[in-house]
Amino acid sequence: MIQNIPSTIAKPIVRYRNITKSFGDHTVLKELDLDILPGEVIALIGPSGSGKTTIARLLMTLEKPSSGTIEVNGEMLWHEEKRGKLVWANEKHLHRVRSSIGMVFQHFNLFPHMTILRNVMEGLIQVHKIPKVKAEHQALEMLSRVGLQDHILHYPVQLSGGQKQRVAIARALVMQPQIMLFDEVTSALDPELVEEVLEVIKGIAAEGNMAMMLITHEMDFAKDIADRVLFTDGGIIVEQGTPQQIFEDPQSPRLQAFLTRFLKGRTDIVVNDQVAAGAK
Amino acid sequence: MDLLSLDLLPPLLKGLKITLLLTIYSIALALCIAFLTGLARLSNFTIIRVMAMVYVEIFRGTSLLVQLFWMYFALPVLLDIHLSAMSAAVIALGLNYGAYGSEVVRSSILAVPKGQIEASISLNFTPLQRMRRIILPQAWVMMLPGFGNLQIELLKGTSLVYLITLTDLTYQGMMLRSYDMSQTTAIFIWLLFFYFITSYLLTLLIRLAERRAVVGRGI
Repeated sequence: MIQNIPSTIAKPIVRYRNITKSFGDHTVLKELDLDILPGEVIALIGPSGSGKTTIARLLMTLEKPSSGTIEVNGEMLWHEEKRGKLVWANEKHLHRVRSSIGMVFQHFNLFPHMTILRNVMEGLIQVHKIPKVKAEHQALEMLSRVGLQDHILHYPVQLSGGQKQRVAIARALVMQPQIMLFDEVTSALDPELVEEVLEVIKGIAAEGNMAMMLITHEMDFAKDIADRVLFTDGGIIVEQGTPQQIFEDPQSPRLQAFLTRFLKGRTDIVVNDQVAAGAK
Repeated sequence: MDLLSLDLLPPLLKGLKITLLLTIYSIALALCIAFLTGLARLSNFTIIRVMAMVYVEIFRGTSLLVQLFWMYFALPVLLDIHLSAMSAAVIALGLNYGAYGSEVVRSSILAVPKGQIEASISLNFTPLQRMRRIILPQAWVMMLPGFGNLQIELLKGTSLVYLITLTDLTYQGMMLRSYDMSQTTAIFIWLLFFYFITSYLLTLLIRLAERRAVVGRGI
């Protein structure tokens, strides 16, 4: 566990600086600052629409920030400096910086026209330029790690949701990113399939050599494996701390309202300003 | 009247050969144009998008017959370009059906779920790898029904080429009829038969392609 190490000791692998993101008139993130340390596991919790998924998508280069910068390993992700001015980075630059980031999606997004094995091999072959035999070997190893060695020649359509998500994890993991983003990876699963996926993620977190960002509604899970928990609401990080601080001693009324609501199993309802105000 | 009069066959088969050659060459050309234009319509560069759009609108918005006349009669006068009747017909058919086909290509590419592109970005594929390995294989499946329709349309469109002096299947039929009006019914039955068989073969071809494209996917 890396918790409570002052940021002066370990250099952050990711730095969000003053990030704002708007879609039209709607601002989903407001002046966000966030540092992630190497190997640190952070969990983002918060009501739907609070901007937590956007935080991950900005880092994966799936959304462009409206303003602000993100650094990965000390290098600008979205920008390049040209003649002392910040300009948007080109695809070549994105390609280089993005190589240390991996992501697992809520809806798996496996490639339906490829076998499970091919899904996991494809990145190694195309992006890492690894010879086919070696790529196959690495993919097999990764698939047995997530317990799917018996399904390698199946197509995604033949798997259960939990199995699909484990393939997606293997596919991202085999690329050996330094930071992995898990975007509500169990939200689309039948309840009985959630555990098998969480177990795999816990296993990865236990190895401790990769920074992880978990966007989740599984509070017990976040409590179990996160070094730091961040509560987002209305486009800002309202409160952050160790799992104990967040879950056992929440400070802000919004977080208190959210957790109360959560205990009642009403996660689908957005905690809006009235509710937050009412909880004061 | 002898419906199965075999005397009619040799000239009709000669016409069929022209029709088939035209169809095959034009489909090949139209397919290339459809892909190039369909991709151009999705380009990041405005000028390429606009050029592709102008081409598509012009060739969809004017009749194939007029386009045939332009290729064969107007180009020599205007630009001193002399094409054989066969080349002129293949180019006109290819450009015309390529314009329709490009819409099939464009809409199929757009129909590939966004999550597929996001997954390929997350694996750090280059834009070209995304297109070649992820988007096109999935879009291809969706293009096939549209292409199936278009190639049958194209086959039937070839019957216009006699207006630029090509003796295709339809034209041979018309000639035979002008020699011997009593054979009219027999000639037209043969025409129906040949066109139907040809278009059915094209349909089977598309079905074969579909079956190969969806392998393992339980669609």
